[in-house]
Amino acid sequence: MELDFNFGFLDENAKREIRRKILKAIAIPGYQVPFGSREMPIARGWGTGGLQITLSIIGPDDILKVIDQGSDDSVNAVNIKKFIGKVTGVGTTEDTLKATIIQTRHRIPEEKLSENQVLVFQVPLPEPLRIVEHSEKETRRMHAEADYSAMWLYLYESIVKFGEITLGAGYPVMVNSRYLMSPSPIPRFDIPRLSMADTLYLFCAGREKRIYAIPPHTYVEGIGFEDHPFRIEDFSGKSCAACGSEGTYLNEIIDDETGSRTYQCSDTSWCRKVSRGAVK
Amino acid sequence: MIPVLEVKNISKIYGKECPHCLDPENAGGSICPFCHSVAACRDVSFSLYEDEVLGIVGESGSGKSTLLKILNFDEEPTRGVMEIGRGNPGKFGIKGINLDFIENANLLTLNPYRKRLLRNHLMGMVYQNPHLGLKMHISSGGNIGERLLMAGWRNIGSIRSRAMELLIKTEVPPERMDEAPSKFSGGMQQRVQIAKALSNNPIILYLDEPTTGLDLSVQARVLDLVKKLQKELKLAMIVVSHDLGIIRHLTSRTIVMKNGRVVESGLTDQVLEDPQNAYTQLLVHSNL
Repeated sequence: MELDFNFGFLDENAKREIRRKILKAIAIPGYQVPFGSREMPIARGWGTGGLQITLSIIGPDDILKVIDQGSDDSVNAVNIKKFIGKVTGVGTTEDTLKATIIQTRHRIPEEKLSENQVLVFQVPLPEPLRIVEHSEKETRRMHAEADYSAMWLYLYESIVKFGEITLGAGYPVMVNSRYLMSPSPIPRFDIPRLSMADTLYLFCAGREKRIYAIPPHTYVEGIGFEDHPFRIEDFSGKSCAACGSEGTYLNEIIDDETGSRTYQCSDTSWCRKVSRGAVK
Repeated sequence: MIPVLEVKNISKIYGKECPHCLDPENAGGSICPFCHSVAACRDVSFSLYEDEVLGIVGESGSGKSTLLKILNFDEEPTRGVMEIGRGNPGKFGIKGINLDFIENANLLTLNPYRKRLLRNHLMGMVYQNPHLGLKMHISSGGNIGERLLMAGWRNIGSIRSRAMELLIKTEVPPERMDEAPSKFSGGMQQRVQIAKALSNNPIILYLDEPTTGLDLSVQARVLDLVKKLQKELKLAMIVVSHDLGIIRHLTSRTIVMKNGRVVESGLTDQVLEDPQNAYTQLLVHSNL
């Protein structure tokens, strides 16, 4: 296919820098590596980080899937997928298992990913300590010295005030027992999937100019106290109204007229597969 | 007898240094006449023994607070040596934490991570201004818990019972545990600060002008509390003050500083009753 751009839109030097930073990020799991974020044809804060990673690692034989909150069809996902398709000519899919690169906004797909796949996260706020410390200089010192007491104190105060840890999406995780990391605003439900996975997870914040990674088979845990441990969202007794799945991450849908609540899988690819009878 | 804490030749010079900065004959006080650097501490050495309260007195600018900041790792000295538990570091062994590196080490040259580890496990600090030692908008229990969290406590129940115990000990109404210190009176804030400093069972407690901002009756109560806790916990303490009354009340041994240098040291009674150095004589006699 004849392209009007350099393959992958970014120039080769930009790709090379980003790849170098990715390697550094993989070498130090959970550490935020600064990088020179490029101008992209979409606004910063709309997935430019994930986009730059995807464009830097993608090759002509890759198959791409893009999801937004689990959905293949949302505007952000469709636009990014079309754009990458246009500047690389690679094939796209909605099937989680067929994709080699999956760019995601705030979800990890339900189906188990393999070592031949890479999951690229779009990250709005890479610094987990920002809620307790405004100064970048200070948060870097805290990471360097593994001084995370301010975060623990935040959790303590939250338990004292509200009886539980009130952090939801983007719950801070400890990577390789060393770096505190923001997993991007994925639900707590997805956090156990970050740990000891077969897949490489790459995170990138375009606006904040940071790349970080969780290499395969790395231990990751949501932080918590012995008597108030990390918990995932509870969907017990609920199932998807469309496909009947239990044990998946469900979106709550409230009917405006009747006020009734139904639930549906957030992962549209999974939901369709189950409805078609393509899995179990 | 082996001292708990030993410091040798601590100097702190602000500005570019020249060979004359530490000359004993410098006429200009702490400012070097050649390079105009400020020598806040010059060759300060002393030892602190178990269960002992050491006082540091001196006028404003004599370097006593800088010295305390250096000992608490808040400030880096230009040079100097600090040792804790020489010969018997195992005594301070804490479950799960390896502090073997303090053996024969100059603690002032450790990396920031190890310094913080030592500060969290072995030291407590009470600042003159509660704003420096406490987070004013976080509950008192949380403030005390912060030190425990730093030291690796991960159980809310035990953190809260420890905080409760300390608040009772420092005479703060325990039912106000979940209120922020910003709602407390000055004396109560200071007592919360003391509770926080004691939370991790330190072996050394530093007090920097602990009662200067308080009115006289509250001062007396806080001092009595400090004295009671010292006797009870057998703490080694360093009290920095310009108030000779406090020094007399709390300490057993005193060093007197002027222009960053120790000009006299000895038993507190001896120093205050029979001062030898001209400056100490002036200091004692100008006491109202």
